[in-house]
Amino acid sequence: MQEEEKYQILKDIINIYLPEDVNIADIQEDSHFMNNLNINSANLVDIILDVEDAFDIRLENDDMDQMQTVNDAMAIIDIKLKDK
Amino acid sequence: MNRRVVITGLGVCAPNGVGLPDFTQSLIDGKSGIRHQPILEKLGFGCQIAGEPLVKDNLIDTYFTPLERRGLNATGIVYGVIAGVDAWNDAGLEKNNTEEPSWDRGILFGTGILGVDKFREAIHLIDEGNVRRLGSTSVIQTMASGISAYLGGLLGCGNQVTTNSAACTTGTEGIIMAYDRISQGKAEIILTGSCSDSGPYVWGGFDAMRILPRAYNSSPFKASRPMSASASGFIPGSGAGALVLESLESAQKRGAHIYAEVLGGEINSGGQIGEGSMTAPNSMAVQRCIRNALSNSGVEASQVDVINGHLTATAKDTLEVKNWSKALGRKGLDFPYINSFKSSIGHCLAAAGSIECVATILQFKEKVVFKNMNCEDIHPEIKELISEQCIPRKTLDYTPQIIAKASFGFGDVNACVLFKYFSD
Repeated sequence: MQEEEKYQILKDIINIYLPEDVNIADIQEDSHFMNNLNINSANLVDIILDVEDAFDIRLENDDMDQMQTVNDAMAIIDIKLKDK
Repeated sequence: MNRRVVITGLGVCAPNGVGLPDFTQSLIDGKSGIRHQPILEKLGFGCQIAGEPLVKDNLIDTYFTPLERRGLNATGIVYGVIAGVDAWNDAGLEKNNTEEPSWDRGILFGTGILGVDKFREAIHLIDEGNVRRLGSTSVIQTMASGISAYLGGLLGCGNQVTTNSAACTTGTEGIIMAYDRISQGKAEIILTGSCSDSGPYVWGGFDAMRILPRAYNSSPFKASRPMSASASGFIPGSGAGALVLESLESAQKRGAHIYAEVLGGEINSGGQIGEGSMTAPNSMAVQRCIRNALSNSGVEASQVDVINGHLTATAKDTLEVKNWSKALGRKGLDFPYINSFKSSIGHCLAAAGSIECVATILQFKEKVVFKNMNCEDIHPEIKELISEQCIPRKTLDYTPQIIAKASFGFGDVNACVLFKYFSD
């Protein structure tokens, strides 16, 4: 899977959880989920489940704690895909 | 403080109609919302019919954002939000778009059990050792107060936001509780109502108790027969009803349309003493509830001209009519008109009281008494108590002045409320 493709899948997942005042165009690679994109912490749980489903991977508690920005998520997805 | 309280908004999501226009027309025509349920047949239920609101997917989209719809698996929340938001809009109220909660507006929205299908989903995941996969909405969809929490957030209410639960009395109890709070000056506007989930996990327990009819699986419209000699049990249902209660002062200041006045009511219990039990009412308490509702409302028994009963279509219907007759001291032709909407709606359990109160109030607006269905053969013991003419079998052109509505529930609990035609 190409990086661009992965990024697009991730953006589509995040988009669902954006509050009304944040647009999909606001999603940048260094965006912080809670601080920049205003996603509430409860929904972060749902984003992680959606990522697991979309990439057929499993994220552990440590992975979840480290997943603060879009870049973090991309990195974790890469590692998990390589380990598969 | 004893302020006057009026009803300024109605909303409904019922088996025989979603939204006021369809619901009203169904009541006028006696159109039934009780249908065969393939899932109940597949699961080997004795009673394979039920009343379930027909809610289209695109309708849900107008009440829920795509995010709210994700993983939404609680029919009670869907029905409650549709009815609640409709009632709010019907009252001419808007969502709170300011930065401050609406301190004088509250939510009192009841249920019996909420999000049963969501709970089942969670149970399976947990039993598989997969609790981490529950997602973030398992709690909010299955907590009893999920429905009031949902509505409170949608509308930005800052007064009391809570959920009451008193079995089949829930909806009527909520109206009296909301009335009390507004009457005492603790709130100006309360959205009150109740909802009940659909499906085998809600209805199964009643089927197991063998209190649902089993002979009408191929003729669902005929199954629910309140006050009839051939009544053989209630038909379970689901849905939600919602009413906006408001101080008269606030309603007049806003220039709101007023459907009716709430005069007052009474809530009590028979203590499961004497003939009362977990599942059967204590007549002493039922009569006392009705009499106290009258005195709390400043109404003479002779002034009541229409009754909407609990009347579920069981052997207890006769006892209920007898209790009304004794409590009011009225019999034969002197008895008020009496109807039950369960013949076409079914018994919507926790939602029954609110859906039936919405229907009751619509009689003032339509200037009618809605007809009773499926009681061409009135029970002979009821005929000994009251005249057949008091049980309309056709929708009557008649403007009610004072309607008494009662609901009774498991746990031997009772609620009776008095509504009055409103004129300035």
